[in-house]
Amino acid sequence: MSRGPREGRRCRRSSPHGLFACVLLTVLLTLSAPVRAQQEPFANIASMTADVEAQGVTALAVSGNPRAATVINALRDGKLYTWKWPRPDCPLYIRTDTGFVDARSGAPVTTPAASNLRRVIVNDSVRAAIEIAEGALDLSSPSSAARLKAAEVLFQASDPGALALVEKALAKEHDANVARVLRQAYAAGQLKSGTGSVAERLAAVRELAARPDLSTRSLLSSLQSQPPAVAAAITTAIGAIDYKLKLWGLAENVYYGISLGAVLLLAASGLAITFGVMGVINMAHGEIVMVGAYTTFVVQRVIAAFAPALDQFGLLIAVPAAFVVAGALGVLIERTLIRFLYGRPLETLLATWGLSLILQQAVRSIFGPTNQDVSSPEWMSGSIAFGGLTLTINRLWIILFAILVLGALMAVLRWGRLGRNIRAVTQNRRMAAAMGIRTPLVDALTFGLGSGIAGMAGVALSQIDNVSPNLGQNYIIDSFIVVVVGGVGNLWGTLFGAMILGVVDKFVEPFFGAVLAKIAVLVFLVLFIQRRPQGLFPLKGRVAEA
Amino acid sequence: MRAERLTVVTLGCVLGGAVLLAALNLLTAPASDLHAPNFVISLVGKYLCYAILALAIDLVWGYAGILTLGHGAFFALGGYAMGMYLMRQIGVRGVYANPTLPDFMVFIGWNKLPWYWYGFDHFWFAVAMAMLVPGILAFAFGWFAFRSRVSGVYLSIITQALTYALMLAFFRNDMGFGGNNGMTDFKEILGFPLNRETTSVGLMLITALVLSAAFVLTHAMTGSRFGKVLIAVRDTESRTRFLGYRPESYKLVVWLASAMIAGIGGALYVPQVGIINPSEFAPGNSIEAVIWVAVGGRGTLAGAVLGAILVNLAKTMLTSALPEVWLFAIGALFILVTLFLPRGIMGLFTTCLPAVVPEATPDAVPGIAAAKSAASEIAG
Repeated sequence: MSRGPREGRRCRRSSPHGLFACVLLTVLLTLSAPVRAQQEPFANIASMTADVEAQGVTALAVSGNPRAATVINALRDGKLYTWKWPRPDCPLYIRTDTGFVDARSGAPVTTPAASNLRRVIVNDSVRAAIEIAEGALDLSSPSSAARLKAAEVLFQASDPGALALVEKALAKEHDANVARVLRQAYAAGQLKSGTGSVAERLAAVRELAARPDLSTRSLLSSLQSQPPAVAAAITTAIGAIDYKLKLWGLAENVYYGISLGAVLLLAASGLAITFGVMGVINMAHGEIVMVGAYTTFVVQRVIAAFAPALDQFGLLIAVPAAFVVAGALGVLIERTLIRFLYGRPLETLLATWGLSLILQQAVRSIFGPTNQDVSSPEWMSGSIAFGGLTLTINRLWIILFAILVLGALMAVLRWGRLGRNIRAVTQNRRMAAAMGIRTPLVDALTFGLGSGIAGMAGVALSQIDNVSPNLGQNYIIDSFIVVVVGGVGNLWGTLFGAMILGVVDKFVEPFFGAVLAKIAVLVFLVLFIQRRPQGLFPLKGRVAEA
Repeated sequence: MRAERLTVVTLGCVLGGAVLLAALNLLTAPASDLHAPNFVISLVGKYLCYAILALAIDLVWGYAGILTLGHGAFFALGGYAMGMYLMRQIGVRGVYANPTLPDFMVFIGWNKLPWYWYGFDHFWFAVAMAMLVPGILAFAFGWFAFRSRVSGVYLSIITQALTYALMLAFFRNDMGFGGNNGMTDFKEILGFPLNRETTSVGLMLITALVLSAAFVLTHAMTGSRFGKVLIAVRDTESRTRFLGYRPESYKLVVWLASAMIAGIGGALYVPQVGIINPSEFAPGNSIEAVIWVAVGGRGTLAGAVLGAILVNLAKTMLTSALPEVWLFAIGALFILVTLFLPRGIMGLFTTCLPAVVPEATPDAVPGIAAAKSAASEIAG
């Protein structure tokens, strides 16, 4: 969004300084050449220490050595060997199908004795470095996305030794985004190298200031022994970055809050029907959510066993499946338990609590007490960056899903035949019965509807929470709070309550920590009920007072 | 008349049983068939503490109609007060041998006793706190809740939120109450070593005495004019208010008394089980305590005692024999008692005790009544 002014600044700058920069670059390159020769690019890749080895991988990748890709691939595949005992020349071999070749030159070598060889081990941190390195090697890739990633890697490394590589890439780069990151990488490397005139350094700091993120900040604050003018510019740039980071942090908190609110909304929508509309205190609501999550697990298992082709659509199938399973369970509960307890809320509370214990233990007996593995389809994984925000895609889907579910629920209640019947029965049960509505059936279906929605919430929760028998317990108190805060019997209130609680929770969390945030919310609820016992959107008139 | 006799019978059973068990433990040889082993003594002591908690719950639920789902919090607070005294008694016998600081404080690097631990080296102070802390909390909570006329399930849910919040708070290490692990490894109470069998017999007898005293007290409370008004509040609160009583004052008094009784129960519980940790605050514990009362018979004090003892006896036996089945059993108990035995076991063989009237007819339930006019707004 703030691209406009930034581009403008760059245009103005590029013409007078371009030539100067080029000259300076050549000087720099000649200067840095001996430094690079002395730092042999393969030096650390066979290190016994994983961290050094990871640094070695990065160094090799940004070195521009033509053999880098081959050697890093060999390392990844476990085909890179070195001398078992330390030797000053640190020989490196790659095992091929026919024998060994020298890693540096690619020339075949006579097979060394196996007792002298050590395979270079790859652990997780090295593997991560390899992944980044492979990205950096993509700088010549035809795909601009791959080049962007590679440029990003070079920026993160900000290695003065890679300046030549960056310069070469920058010369041929025609994509504006990639070129920008490359310029930033160049500026970072240059500042790190501690060379260049004051004007050059100031230009580099300006270049970096256009990129307000944590890595820039840590890079800038790590720079030492700069000329006073440059140091002052760096301090200003860090201040500006801190301010922007704070703003983005605020936006991020709002996003997390909305995302938590969406989860609460999903869990509470069903409760808004069973508790809000029917007045049934269902303490087993969380367990119905849990049943929905386990339905997802079973659906994924069945698909994996019988129709692996549908793998990516397992969740789409699980949504209606969970609705049906949980809805049927809800109808069963209403017919066998709830209907005997209408008008006795405290007894309903106790009986459904008992039911929740039974459902938990039943799931524990069938599936075991451990967490079940529910996978995420590819279209739900990953994240998108938006300015300084990183939005995870599964959270976005859940927000969308929550809105869809709430919308569908409102539509059903407003226009559906079932919705009309539900409203008729809650408004005047006897009159509805006299008009020919089968009120017991409507009761059962209403409870089934609320439970079915809880089941769908379980599908969404299976993507972000552990699928275990205790899944429901984590949400039951929160769900009741949402319904109570929003006002009983009001779906807009439920939406509002969920969002408020989600955002408040995420805003309080950084100051007090997660546990105290929870306590603060609970205390808030207690005080809230004191002030507004009927919720944020109370129903007016004498019906509100029983 | 029947109620009087029932009281005498209950008191006789509790006190007589306790004395008999104590005699069987102390006066018979360990090899004898009549000998009551030590674990039975501590188990019975535990049950009697639960019975005190059940009495407290029955006082507010059975007589004032307040379904509390958070009484475990008062019980646990009383327990923590006693636990703090017992921790201070360990002194230099702890792992770190610090004369004032309990081990867990040394472990997390504290070098000064927090102010709220002052005084807990005195037994009388700990006992006073075991009643005062739950009392103050209950007073503050009840003052707000009853004056703003929060009732029914809303009240139940916020009592549950209360104990849940306390559980989360006590799980924190920097609260200074031992965090996750709580307090344990106690050595002695008032100079008597806790691992000696005479001490546990003594504690069990004292618990039986306290239970009897609580029983007499609650019986007096509920049988008096005060109790009659309470029952009126339970059955129709608004009518009682229109008759000129202040229901919130009556509720507050009984709520306060109940919380203090629960606190005493907790204080007796900790030396007998030897540990107190934040899981005592778990909402599930409080609800389980409610079902003891429901099983025994809500609104009958003897039923609360009976229910607590019977359900916990069943729990001990079932969890040792078939651990998987216990949750099924307690779950089924919740459902069956509410569906088929609304007046509990006492309801089976008493007829002239004050009957528990269902709270309201379907049309008068807040949720449903509110929903009447809500239904149109939902869609709009």
